[in-house]
Amino acid sequence: MIRFEDVVVRYPGTTVPALAGVSFDAVAGKITAVAGPNGSGKSTLIRALIRRQPIERGSIYIDGDDLNSLSTQETAKRIAVTPQREEPAFPMTVDEYVALGRFPRLGLWRSPDAADHNAVVAAMQKAGVAMFASRRTDTLSGGEWQRVRIARALAQEARAIVLDEPTTFLDLAHEMSLFELLHSLAEDGMAVLLISHQLNLVARFADTIVLLHHGNVVATGAPADVMQASLLERVYEWPLVISRDPAVGAPSLVPLRRSTTP
Amino acid sequence: MIEHRRWHWVALTGVLLLLCIIAVGVGAIAIPPRAVLDAIGGYGDPTIVSIVRYLRMPRVLLAVFVGAGLGMSGGALQGTLRNGLAEPYLLGVSGGAAVGAVIAFTAHLTSNSVIALAAFAGAAGAVVLALLVARAAGAVGRSDPRTLLMAGVVIGAFANAVIMIALANAPANTVRGALWWMMGSVADSSWSGVGSLAGYVAIGGGMLIYWAREIDILSLGDEPAAALGVNVDSATRRIYLLAALLAGATVAAAGLIGFVGLIVPHIVRAGGIRKHRQLVLGSAIIGATLVVAADLIARTIRPPGELPLGAVTAILGVPFFLGQLRRTR
Repeated sequence: MIRFEDVVVRYPGTTVPALAGVSFDAVAGKITAVAGPNGSGKSTLIRALIRRQPIERGSIYIDGDDLNSLSTQETAKRIAVTPQREEPAFPMTVDEYVALGRFPRLGLWRSPDAADHNAVVAAMQKAGVAMFASRRTDTLSGGEWQRVRIARALAQEARAIVLDEPTTFLDLAHEMSLFELLHSLAEDGMAVLLISHQLNLVARFADTIVLLHHGNVVATGAPADVMQASLLERVYEWPLVISRDPAVGAPSLVPLRRSTTP
Repeated sequence: MIEHRRWHWVALTGVLLLLCIIAVGVGAIAIPPRAVLDAIGGYGDPTIVSIVRYLRMPRVLLAVFVGAGLGMSGGALQGTLRNGLAEPYLLGVSGGAAVGAVIAFTAHLTSNSVIALAAFAGAAGAVVLALLVARAAGAVGRSDPRTLLMAGVVIGAFANAVIMIALANAPANTVRGALWWMMGSVADSSWSGVGSLAGYVAIGGGMLIYWAREIDILSLGDEPAAALGVNVDSATRRIYLLAALLAGATVAAAGLIGFVGLIVPHIVRAGGIRKHRQLVLGSAIIGATLVVAADLIARTIRPPGELPLGAVTAILGVPFFLGQLRRTR
């Protein structure tokens, strides 16, 4: 669905590339999670995907089509991206906000019809925000806001959803329910591409983990393959152990105190 | 999603029309509304007909289009630059226009059309300069709203310096003329001036309304806007340029009338309007109403003298703005 092929991105004025030839696939019906330390290039991936950062080499393919051959509007019909920073300059109601997700399909002038209305309602129900549809965006809690943003992305009716750190500011219950929502979206056949720091949750829910380090993919694979203590210690430069999550048996990372290691 | 109550629009337009008829009627010779309508149609006392047709109507209509243009410009800029303090005058438009006009004054080119042309050229120059500065300051090809705002402010400050230097040793008459121009007025209006401003407002405002949905999306921030399929850099530049030139045209026609572009969009938003197509349209109607009302006050409060129009709009605007600030706290 979304394929990064040897993508190199370099910020102006820097010599070290932010992405140094990154390749991986986010396929339909699966959750693909990109993890890695701060500054490893995770958000740059998203910026390249939404064309806020030019690609120096390599290509991004969406449904087999090179991103450069697609209009921005066509891209937004195929993939729904929720970037890390997103806040309306002037508050609006939740349903108005979610309805903005129809922009790629409405364009500048088409009036919303029943199908658009239904897509907005369905997106709000799916993301669990329908009960506060008429609240203003500036009155929402952090967790509510994250879900409203996901509802906006779902209203795009794209076949892939891309989320940058969607669980920031979320408490345990909201975090879990968000991952369960992503799981159900993947089950419905969407490609879910997620950038997350929550390695343990990612290990439980993702089908594939892409581990980034200094702009390189250092491991790709099932959580059990990527969640290796030696590899993660090297990438995060912190002592840790991998245990088994007692509930579901997924690999689980436990960071250690630096002073407790020999 | 909610269809905005249609009668609000009808009522607002009705209020504006009524105010215009009253404004045409009020003056040294009071003309009752009925006679105003007759005179517009060409009936009745020939003196009244010519007062209405050649003196008061152009003045009131100029106020309408100045207010509409400033309102639309402000509404579009605030959304695009994601800043409730953004207004056309903050972006160097006023400074640039004033430089153009002051240069015309100091060169003794005091005909209205020459000053208007010089002011518009100055405004356009300032806007293009602001875009170039923002481009040079930001990352390559990037029109970051904050950089654009700062570039505008810097160019405005620079323009002020130029004005002060130009006026420092100018004769008293020139200073007075330039000062009056900078305070804004619709007194010296003519049908040709009204006509050309109406053209700018119709074309510029129409284009802003055409692209209004992009403003909705831009107001979310550059990354979400890009994710929703808007070409952020070119859309930002396009709207900035359109809005600034629209404001430049109003300045060329009537001098500097402050605060309208800043407060009018806030008034419209306080009415529950958030989509920019309605916001820009509503700002046109409210802006026109505000400037017509301000001009009516400016010329009736101390006859036969007139208060500077820009001062009256600010005096009307400040209390409202403070009230609005309290409400949003």
